[in-house]
Amino acid sequence: MKNIPKITNRKLLVFNPKILKKDFPIFSRKINGKTLVYLDNASTSQKPKSVIDALTNYYKTFNANTHRGIHTMSEEATLAYEKTREHVAKFINAPLSKEIIFTRNTTEAINLVAYSWGETNIHKDDEIIISAIEHHSNLVPWQELCRRKKAKLKIIPIKNDLTLNMEAYEKMLSRETKLVSITGMSNVLGFMPDLQKIIKLAHKNKALVLVDAAQSAAHIKTDVKKLDCDFLAFSSHKLLGPTGVGALYGKFQLLSNMPPFMFGGDMVKAVQQDKAFWNDLPWKFEAGTPNIADVIAFNAALTYLEKVGLKNIQKHDEKLLKYAVKKFSKYEKDGVRLILPTYKSMDFSRSSDSKSHSFTRNSSSPTFDPSATSSILSFSIKGIHPHDVAQIFNDEGVAIRSGYHCSQPLIEYLNLSATARMSFYFYNTKEDIDRAEKALQKTLKLFK
Amino acid sequence: MDLYSEIILDYFKNPVNKGEIDKPTGTASEYNPLCGDKIRVDILLDKKGKVVEAKFSGEGCAISQAATSMLTEKLIGKTPAQIKKISNEEIYKMLNIPISPGRVKCALLGLVTAKKAAISANTKTKTPDTKKSLKNPTCHFLQIKKSRQRGTTR
Repeated sequence: MKNIPKITNRKLLVFNPKILKKDFPIFSRKINGKTLVYLDNASTSQKPKSVIDALTNYYKTFNANTHRGIHTMSEEATLAYEKTREHVAKFINAPLSKEIIFTRNTTEAINLVAYSWGETNIHKDDEIIISAIEHHSNLVPWQELCRRKKAKLKIIPIKNDLTLNMEAYEKMLSRETKLVSITGMSNVLGFMPDLQKIIKLAHKNKALVLVDAAQSAAHIKTDVKKLDCDFLAFSSHKLLGPTGVGALYGKFQLLSNMPPFMFGGDMVKAVQQDKAFWNDLPWKFEAGTPNIADVIAFNAALTYLEKVGLKNIQKHDEKLLKYAVKKFSKYEKDGVRLILPTYKSMDFSRSSDSKSHSFTRNSSSPTFDPSATSSILSFSIKGIHPHDVAQIFNDEGVAIRSGYHCSQPLIEYLNLSATARMSFYFYNTKEDIDRAEKALQKTLKLFK
Repeated sequence: MDLYSEIILDYFKNPVNKGEIDKPTGTASEYNPLCGDKIRVDILLDKKGKVVEAKFSGEGCAISQAATSMLTEKLIGKTPAQIKKISNEEIYKMLNIPISPGRVKCALLGLVTAKKAAISANTKTKTPDTKKSLKNPTCHFLQIKKSRQRGTTR
């Protein structure tokens, strides 16, 4: 055995992205003849071998339907499936595992709340508050609910520094506010709203709060007890798990009072020809055969993630983002614009200092507040479309995202037609960012 | 074969027929909501109903800009009916670069817009057969791409 620490149940002794990378089979792959640099983690994360093994192990050794059979494999499958639920509850510090509902993804989890809770609790002239930095998944369901109910959708604006306008939020809250649905981390900006404050203020106004933790759950500790949020939604695939699994947390009392969202098998206790009786939580909300294999493998993902440690991830995120900002800000003179909350470029500080003319370029380096933003660096280049940027990056083996990132209103607000986005995870290294910088140089050379 | 061939880059950097026509016989704008590309194509017909001038404006990636610019050259001398018959394959051939599924919409955005402009010119000159397509032009475009659209992950 070599000195590579094997992942066991204990936390890592030393956090080393280069060693962790070896647990991910995909990184042996080459793209256009070059080692893969994966900087599209906000879209989806890569999967460690333990997750892939858990998936195939289920199909190979105990593939059976859950909650139905008496036979051994069905019992094993049910047990493994429910174990993930317990693990998810522990992972987000939910008091009860029956407060966890498995869905297909974050979007379905939010839709579940919009349909089940929304249909019964939102009425004409009620108000729902979201923010200007929401993913479409936390915007469109509410648009539709408000349209159906003739309720109002209010949107917390962002400020020039790309942070949320909290003063505007406070003013928006009223007796009519029934729900605040807010992201834990913007998938375009990396911005992390002050959830604690948002939730406290909402509760003061007797409004419920849903947190879209699709991005944040993979990077910072999620503690629903401490947050005191009423609902929280996230997806397995952004935190090392398989696609096709989302989780919704809801406070027990709320979920108990909510009607089912979908009807059919497994969500019923007893069925007569003319009516049916709903099953208990959480199965009331899980109609039909669930995504058994992926839910089971999700457990392995959480185990792996906990071994790496969210604190380590957070520290590493900060280090990488700082490094990327340092590298990419060098090209601002070539038309590169960094789209990062609280960011002050060198040019920015010069213009604010322009009266005194005392500013010297070397004396100031670009700054941003790392507590406000995490793991994502969006950018645009004047005169070059982000698709072309992403294409050249891909030629260099660097995977980044380009386009609207499912946040069209935000991108348009930023006065851009689209952006390019690099998003990091714990297996990324400074070398990965160096490769991205090289790709940037090539892009500038080709198109300018 | 390189996607950004010299010809593509040349058309992108020095686009031919970039601009707008003052009083076009036909005009159309197309918007690709997934990329944020916006393209407008104007055509001017002579008395015989043939294109004498074609221009494009808007923003987009190098592929869509170059493809639209090259296409405007191709439009000269054609009637709206002939424009409507231009096939996707002709565009791929004209570009002469490997178009991956993700870039199909970039390559064809100009053609879709030009066809809409041709339809609008037809409407103006009161030739029939156009009303249907005008009703919901965006859907017409989306139908083309639907099967090959990029995912909408975060």
